[in-house]
Amino acid sequence: MAEAAIKKKRPKNLKLSSIRLPLPGILSILHRISGATLFLLLPVFLALFERSLSSAEQFAQLKSCLDNPLLKIILLGLIWFYLHHFCAGIRYLLLDLHKGIDLPAARASSRLVFIVGILATLLIGGKVLW
Amino acid sequence: MVNRVLVGAHYGLKDWIIQRVTAVVMALYTIIFLLTLCLVQPASFEAWHGIFANGPMKFISFLFFLSLFYHAWIGMRDIWMDYIKADGLRLVLISATAMALLGYAGWAVQILWRM
Repeated sequence: MAEAAIKKKRPKNLKLSSIRLPLPGILSILHRISGATLFLLLPVFLALFERSLSSAEQFAQLKSCLDNPLLKIILLGLIWFYLHHFCAGIRYLLLDLHKGIDLPAARASSRLVFIVGILATLLIGGKVLW
Repeated sequence: MVNRVLVGAHYGLKDWIIQRVTAVVMALYTIIFLLTLCLVQPASFEAWHGIFANGPMKFISFLFFLSLFYHAWIGMRDIWMDYIKADGLRLVLISATAMALLGYAGWAVQILWRM
């Protein structure tokens, strides 16, 4: 009984709005969200890849779809998802090797992931989409 | 070292390693692909088609797709196990994920070798 009472009194800090997620935490949840989104869109990507390779007409048609600015923004966002997942993943691989494990280094590397991810998105997206 | 055997199959460690190996394969492919884009600058269908018609490129693209699907399998299974508490629904989602990814692997082979 006493044990149950203690258990009940434990703070359940599940009110997400009361938790201020630090940058490595934001990186982490975005790693998960980007991964899940890319997974869910796999059939779309495969279909687009297939069509782009099927004929010159289909290729030209897909290319003309890129004139749509809304589509460009969506694709830019997906490129960022891919590159964020890529950069954050490399950070995790280094953490697995115990590189940059202490708090200041972990914070600095998560900032670097955001900077590199966004810059690479602008560079690659700008080159491919515009 | 305490020799504790909790499960016999060690599939947790195996998956942990495969998730990282497939990540490295995909990262290397991504760099090769981006360099190829820089070199070829495929504005026409012929140039784009030519990238993947090349034998070695087909081979590593296939490895990329297999790595991607296995990587996605481990990641999505972890996500379902973290958030879906109802056993039945979890089983359905995990099975559907596995089936979809197996199908995508066949689809990817077809795309690469039909061209």
